[in-house]
Amino acid sequence: MPPLPLLTVQKLTKRFGGLVAVGDVSFVVEPAEILSVIGPNGAGKTTLFNMLTGIYDPSEGSAALGQCSLIGLKPHQIVEAGLARTFQNIRLFGSMTALENVMVGRHSRTKGGFWAALLPGKLGRAEEAEILQRAYEELRFVGLESKAKQQSASLSYGDQRRLEIARALATDPKLVLLDEPAAGMNPKETGELVDLIRGIQARGVTVVLIEHDMGLVMRLSDRVVVMNFGEKIADGLPAEVRANPQVIAAYLGSSPEEAE
Amino acid sequence: MPLNKFLTKLPAPLRRYGLIGLGLLLPLLMQLTNQPSYLANIAVTVGVYMVLAMGLNIVVGMAGLLDLGYIAFFAVGAYTMAIGSAHGLNFWLALPLAGGLAAFFGVLLGAPTLPLRGDYLAIVTLGFGEIVRIALLNLGWLTNGPSGISGVPGPIVPWIGTGGLTWINLFQPVQLYYVAFGFVVCVYWITTRLKASRIGRAWIAIREDEIAAKAMGIDTVKLKLLAFASGAALAGMTGVLFASQLTFVSPDSFTLIDSVMVLSMVVLGGMGSVPGVVLGALILIVLPEVLRGFSEYRMLLFGGAMVLVMLLRPQGLWGEDQQSSPATIDLPVPSNKENVRV
Repeated sequence: MPPLPLLTVQKLTKRFGGLVAVGDVSFVVEPAEILSVIGPNGAGKTTLFNMLTGIYDPSEGSAALGQCSLIGLKPHQIVEAGLARTFQNIRLFGSMTALENVMVGRHSRTKGGFWAALLPGKLGRAEEAEILQRAYEELRFVGLESKAKQQSASLSYGDQRRLEIARALATDPKLVLLDEPAAGMNPKETGELVDLIRGIQARGVTVVLIEHDMGLVMRLSDRVVVMNFGEKIADGLPAEVRANPQVIAAYLGSSPEEAE
Repeated sequence: MPLNKFLTKLPAPLRRYGLIGLGLLLPLLMQLTNQPSYLANIAVTVGVYMVLAMGLNIVVGMAGLLDLGYIAFFAVGAYTMAIGSAHGLNFWLALPLAGGLAAFFGVLLGAPTLPLRGDYLAIVTLGFGEIVRIALLNLGWLTNGPSGISGVPGPIVPWIGTGGLTWINLFQPVQLYYVAFGFVVCVYWITTRLKASRIGRAWIAIREDEIAAKAMGIDTVKLKLLAFASGAALAGMTGVLFASQLTFVSPDSFTLIDSVMVLSMVVLGGMGSVPGVVLGALILIVLPEVLRGFSEYRMLLFGGAMVLVMLLRPQGLWGEDQQSSPATIDLPVPSNKENVRV
C-alpha cells in the first residue's frame, strides 16, 4: 500500500466575482518529493498557494495536510499544522536583521508570552537561547550566516530569497511552498538554489515550488503540475509533461526543442 | 545626532547606572537653583509623559497601529484614581485597577478595529478618544462633568514619625518626583524587555508586513489586542500618578491635542526605539518651558523645531539605524551561550 499523500488538494476553486482564478484543481503531493507547479503568468499558481496558506478562503473544494483539513484554518494555524511558504514578491520584515527575521519564524513553535518576557526565569531564557541557536542554524543552512546582523532590506535580491526560505524552514514545516524562488537570480545563484532545495528535500521536508525557470524545473522536480487559465492541464514526470502536446501548446512553445 | 552615538559607545552598565544615578540625584541639583519645586513639578510631568510615550510606542512604534486616541486610556486611569479615592481607594491599589480598566478599554477599542490599518485605524481611534472625553463631560453623576474632581490624594507611604508608624501622603513635587522616576525606570525596563522578546519580535513583524507575519505563524489578532491592552494599561497606570500630581482631574486634560502630543514624542524620538521616545518626551515637555521667555513666539519656535527635525532626521532623533538596532546590538553568536541576552 502506498503511503498516504502529504498534501491532498481536491477540486479547489477560487472565484473573484465572475473570474475563475483557480477552477477545480486536484492533485496530491507525496512525502519528501519535489513538485513544481508551472504555467503562464495569470494561470492561478499564486492564488493556489494563497488558498493553501489561508490568505484566501477557497470558494469550493478541499485541501488537507495529512489528515488535517486546511479549509477554514487561519494562516497561523496552517503554519502550526506544518505548512510554510515564501512569497513571489519578497515579503521580509525589512527593518529587522536577517537573524531576527528567522527568529520570527520560530514564533509558532515557541510559547514565551507576555509575562515570560517580563519575569526573569530559566525557562524563558532557555527558550530564547533555543530560538537564537535555531535561527543561526537555518541561516547557516541557506548560507547567510555571515550576514546575520545585516538589516534584511539591505541584502541582495538573491540573499533575500534565501532568507525567506530560512525563515520558512524555521517554522519546522512538513511541506514548504516556494513561490518563484529563482526569480531575479543570476545563473550562479540559481545553481546554488538547486543545491539548497535538494538540501531541504534531504532534511525530509517536502517542497512544492512555482517556477518559470524551466531548466531549474526539469532538473529538480520529481513531478510537475501544469496550470493554464486556472485549470490543471497536466500532471506527471518532467519528461512526460515536456512531451504533452497540450502543455507545449499552452506554455512551453510550439515545439519540444524550444522547451529546453 | 552625536548624543545617541556617544551613549551607545559607553559600556552598558555605566550607561544604565549612570542615568539612574543622575535621576536619583536630580532633586539635589534642583535644590541648588532658586525654584526647586517648579523644576521638580516639571520633572514629574516629564516622567508622566515618558511613560505615556513608552506605552504608545508599543502600539504605534512596535506593532505599527496608528492610535490617535491614546490619551483616552490615560483619562480612564486618572478618573479611576479620582473617583476611587473619594471612596477610600489608595494610590497603590488604584494602580492595578486603573491598569486593568484601561487594558479592558484597550481591548474594547482594539477588537472592532482589528482589520483596519493606517489612516482608517487613525480615524476610528481619534473618534474613540473623543467619545471618552465627551462621556467624561456628560456623565455628571460619576465624573462631576466639566468641573472635574478635585482633592485627589497623593500616594501614601508608611512613615515612622513621633507617634510611631503612620501613613503619610506624598504631595510635594520632590516626593512625587521619586514616584515618577520609579515609574519611568520600571516601564523602561518592561518595554525594553518586551521589545527584545518573542512578543516584541512578533509586534515588529506585524508592523513590517502583516501578511508575512501571519504566514510565519503569528496570531495577529491576539498580538494586536495584546499591544492595545498593554499600551493602554501603561497609560492607565500613569493616569493615576497624573491625578495625584495635579490633585485634580477634568476632561480638559484629555483632548485630541494631548494624544497628538504623545504621538509627536514617539515620532520625534524615533518610532519603536525605547530610549528615543523617552528623549522625545523630555524634549517636548522641556522645550516649551525653556521657550517660555519668548512668550508669544513660543509655539512658533516649537513647531519650527519639529519641522526641522522631521526634515533632517525623518527616522527620529534616536531612531533605529541600519546597523545598530538596539534589540539585537548585544546578541552574540550562540557559541558562548552564557552571554545570550534575553
